[in-house]
Amino acid sequence: MNAPVANKLVLRRSYFEASARARVAAVLDAGSFREFLPPEASEPSPHLAVLDIPGAFDDGVIVGAASLGGRPVLVIAQEGQFMGGAVGEIHGAKIVGLLRRAVQDKPAAVIFMADSGGVRLHEANAGLIAISEVMRAVLDTRAAGVPVIALVGGSCGAFGGMGIVSRLCSAIVMSEEGRLALSGPEVIETVAGVEEFDSKDRALVWRVTGGKHRYLTGDCAELVEDDAASFRDGAIALLSGWQKPMPASSTLRAEQARLTERRQRFAGLRDGLDVWQALGVAEPRQIPLMDRDSLVALKKGLPA
Amino acid sequence: MNLQHILDGLFPAGHDVSVHGQLVAGCAQTALGTVTVLGTTDAAAIGHDIALGLAGRVLDVVDEHPGRPIVFLVDTKGQALSRAEELLCLNGSLAHLARCVDLARRQGHTSLALVTGEAVSGGFLSFGLMADKTYALADAQVRVMDLKAMARVTKIPYERLQELAAESPTFAPGAENYLRMGAIEAIWDAPRAALLEAALAGQQAAGPAADERMARGAERGGRHLAAATAAAVVSA
Repeated sequence: MNAPVANKLVLRRSYFEASARARVAAVLDAGSFREFLPPEASEPSPHLAVLDIPGAFDDGVIVGAASLGGRPVLVIAQEGQFMGGAVGEIHGAKIVGLLRRAVQDKPAAVIFMADSGGVRLHEANAGLIAISEVMRAVLDTRAAGVPVIALVGGSCGAFGGMGIVSRLCSAIVMSEEGRLALSGPEVIETVAGVEEFDSKDRALVWRVTGGKHRYLTGDCAELVEDDAASFRDGAIALLSGWQKPMPASSTLRAEQARLTERRQRFAGLRDGLDVWQALGVAEPRQIPLMDRDSLVALKKGLPA
Repeated sequence: MNLQHILDGLFPAGHDVSVHGQLVAGCAQTALGTVTVLGTTDAAAIGHDIALGLAGRVLDVVDEHPGRPIVFLVDTKGQALSRAEELLCLNGSLAHLARCVDLARRQGHTSLALVTGEAVSGGFLSFGLMADKTYALADAQVRVMDLKAMARVTKIPYERLQELAAESPTFAPGAENYLRMGAIEAIWDAPRAALLEAALAGQQAAGPAADERMARGAERGGRHLAAATAAAVVSA
């Protein structure tokens, strides 16, 4: 019999470093994935070709059907290693098509592996419009009773329009290494100066945009280890306990109250350390050093 | 074009709209009855306060005035750029605003957005592009990034981008490009009540709006791939 600990070490696969295809293979039930518009049936983006930029046959996103813990799901996986997972015309349309299909097919969930800096600048208008279409399609899918679960733990995080899309999903599963925000630190540094946001200060970037911070402030539902199996387990756990959501109007009133209260409570703070202290964490400087399980336990013990 | 001029043009029968910082809110009279007016002015950067201010007012309309149409006035240079805003998950507040606009649609409120000044990226996504239909005034500036900045970031010569922009609406700034790609329904020569009322009446007659922007973009020849690609995924 294998020792469970050793077994885990052997099987551990960094989700952060994996390609989209490796994530699809590792997160979903083995052998269950069927791709829609596979590379051999697709054309790379002509908008990149005209700029003499090499395209990808899948345009940086994989969509298809699979099962997860035995439940039928539809799947989106963005490839951060192709143009930073950025959304262009074809890339966005594949996601919209998948979500529209979910409205028809009513799978148990859509699993959305986000890994993207947002709009692909080379196709800026097409990308922005596509993200708007994805936003509406995510909400249509949820309104049809199909939960959309975002997994955020890739090397490009979920930024720009994809940060908005991720927060429109029913729930987010995130790793400590995942990053979730609107403007990237580099953009803020370029426009507002290094004193505003030093994008080279990795620890600071994680304290502002990283998974532990988003988990402590309630902006992601689950915190998992940077490991494809943990993302899988986190998504399965969420779906197992899934309850039909409250009507959107009361949910949004509650969210309005939560966000307004938080805005007042944390006004003027600029570092995760300050927010964690205000949340009642006794030793905020220990947070970056804690493992996942200890952090989850700590959050449970915080004052409501 | 200043806000007062725009409001007087759109609502000659009267309006009671006030400006709170850069957030615009109130109501106005039209041939279709009272409408709610919400939006931003002076190229506002959208941070938590504006996003939550707009979202709360959308929820109020849904609660207090069932079915009342909402006219969004869009003038935003994009999202607020600061570490403090990002620390509290600015993408979450913009998503919340987008959900509130979407809720209003599902509850039977016709909505229309008019770009009066600038419409840029995240600020545009969170409410302007969430309305049933989006229109723009002729001098509106709609963009993700200006071409010079795009040339810097993509390392493609500015002259080359300019050349390509003449042939393709895909990346260069301009309301006309968004019209051709299906995201802007029409461009108005001036803020006129007749245009607004015809647009609202048309939308009300058509009933709850589905997202038809891909189809419009294909018809208008500005976006050839999106509609067919999405349809191929649905039927694969």
